[in-house]
Amino acid sequence: MEMFLTLLSLLDSTARLATPLLLAALAGFYSERAGVVDIGLEGKMLVAAFASAAAAALYGSAWVGLGAGILASLVLALLHGFACITHKGNQVVSGVALNIVALGLTAVLGNAWFQMGGRTPNLPADARFGELTLPLAEALRGVPLLGPIYYELISGHNILVYLALAIVPLTWWIAYRTRFGLRLRAVGENPAAVDTAGISVTRLRYQAVLIAGLLCGIAGAYLSTAQGAGFQTNMTAGKGFLALAALILGKWKPVPTLFACLAFAFADALQTRLQGVALPGIGEVPVQLIEALPYLLTVLLLAGFVGKAIPPKASGRPYVKDR
Amino acid sequence: MSAGGSDNLPWWVTGLLLPAINVGLALAVSALVILAIGEDPVGALGTMLRGAVGTGEGIGYTLYYATSLIFTALAVAIAFHGGLFNIGGEGQAYIGGLGVGLVCLALPGWPWWAALPLSVLGGAAFGALWAAIPGWLQAYRGSHIVITTIMFNFIASSLMVYLMVNVLIKPGQMSPESEAFSASMFLPMMADMMGAIGVEMDSSPLNFSLFLALLACVAVWAFIWHTRWGFALRATGANENAALYAGIDPKRVIVVTMALSGALAGLLGVNELHGVQHRLMLNFPAGLGFTGIAVALMGRNHPAGIIPAALLFGALYQGGTELVFDYPTISRELVVVIQGVVILFAGALEHMFRPALVRLFSRRPVAVSKPAGA
Repeated sequence: MEMFLTLLSLLDSTARLATPLLLAALAGFYSERAGVVDIGLEGKMLVAAFASAAAAALYGSAWVGLGAGILASLVLALLHGFACITHKGNQVVSGVALNIVALGLTAVLGNAWFQMGGRTPNLPADARFGELTLPLAEALRGVPLLGPIYYELISGHNILVYLALAIVPLTWWIAYRTRFGLRLRAVGENPAAVDTAGISVTRLRYQAVLIAGLLCGIAGAYLSTAQGAGFQTNMTAGKGFLALAALILGKWKPVPTLFACLAFAFADALQTRLQGVALPGIGEVPVQLIEALPYLLTVLLLAGFVGKAIPPKASGRPYVKDR
Repeated sequence: MSAGGSDNLPWWVTGLLLPAINVGLALAVSALVILAIGEDPVGALGTMLRGAVGTGEGIGYTLYYATSLIFTALAVAIAFHGGLFNIGGEGQAYIGGLGVGLVCLALPGWPWWAALPLSVLGGAAFGALWAAIPGWLQAYRGSHIVITTIMFNFIASSLMVYLMVNVLIKPGQMSPESEAFSASMFLPMMADMMGAIGVEMDSSPLNFSLFLALLACVAVWAFIWHTRWGFALRATGANENAALYAGIDPKRVIVVTMALSGALAGLLGVNELHGVQHRLMLNFPAGLGFTGIAVALMGRNHPAGIIPAALLFGALYQGGTELVFDYPTISRELVVVIQGVVILFAGALEHMFRPALVRLFSRRPVAVSKPAGA
């Protein structure tokens, strides 16, 4: 029973830690499947985390915060589109630039506005996304096995966790069952064909980049107003790149990406528990090894040593009509 | 990712005017940020300028930052010419520094001039290895260099934390730092060297590494534009298939290019560790690997452009520290914003101004779209 509860709480933290990764990875899914490489997931999340925390602190509402976060992330997404789609700039360079701008700008503005060394004020409970108790959770708590699972694991998360999970099937449906999704995937594989069919490549790619902005906005808001209670300098700390790794590990498909995010989050949750604990037969596993594992796996996968991940064919290439 | 320009612009337009426009825009954006904070942009930029070049100490610090930036920018530039975008300068500098540190720790009591060639080799070799692996993976296994180098930055960081905390830490100490190198091998400080020849100079971390950085500029220039290998590198960068038909093995060139790039980034450790900190520690690259991208883009990936661009960014770094004293509301991350904006305008939006400049300055009349008399 002890073991069971430990496992449940481990899975519970997994769900919490996976949410921002999942949202950002799905953001990357839309952008990259449309042929726009998005190194800037990290930066978009960071500005969103900052804007959300700042707005939530000022207006005392998590929802206002969420709106502000999405708006900030959309501005960065538009800039990315402007550079990569309108001006056919290098997508990687643009992403790197926006990440750096985001890192600097959030630190400078945070420090100037709140005078707390780059932090935003601690948010009170009603300015954050609180935990929801699902119906009957209390009543069913006593039911053996299923009760604790329902109470500990499934119930008791904030609304953004459920939202992120719901976006996975939604994304699958959009990408594989709608006309927009078909076009989106086509524009990432063969933009010339889409163009020949009389559909605007520019418009489709802007739509994809903006959806990515929206999802990164939610991910950022989650970090500072749901998981955390305020913003700190560089609070994304590489989560955007981890999300990118999850997207690659998920082979640019929504459901496998979900599992990659869950696996990374599980490793993260495990790592805090494994610190200083010697495992039978193995001894103490260095925390740093667990930290580096997602990145190592991604490298191995991309190199084709464990399976093969093939990116969308036209990703990274600006579309020029008369090539 | 055009390294040069094929649109017949006079050299001063691509070499001076375009970078000037980029700096101007970056400064304008920072002025807006300062205004948004409610401070006076002109006064703030003046303070930065005074802090960077107004005192002997300021100039020393500016040149010290510029030294590191020259190494990381050359690393980005050489990869650019080979058609590769190396975002891994930060990790390569980190691992390269490990090489520098291990060499220095292994040679107790050596004089600095004997230890320097070995620490340079150590830094270059470790940095080269850390970059050659992504290069090899791109060339022979088809994984994308950008993603792999990003991942390698994180792996480098975890590896260094592990090594510093568990292996290299000086026993009986809390902070993860190694034992100090022998005092005999500290690189000479510029102030002391100048003092020895009778020139008074304020003390600063500026050290012998500056000469090494300038030497690296000359070496990179000679290598890229005046050797057979450099030609192979540029040919591969311009068109891999054409290079193949010219009898060049692009795969090998990619691996070698990345190794050289990583070797250059690895030399940052010579300046920071062998020159200043005199021990192995955590986080010494401190973002200078990423700033190298901005410096390389601003310097048009040419050593002659990288030196002034590195000076500019060195001045921004140093000016940013001074700024904080006079304007407590402005934090030194303002430099990071400027750096990002420069990468945005000089890199991602490089095509935005070009058409207008081509129309204005192109030597050949543009006879593409408008027939005469139309």
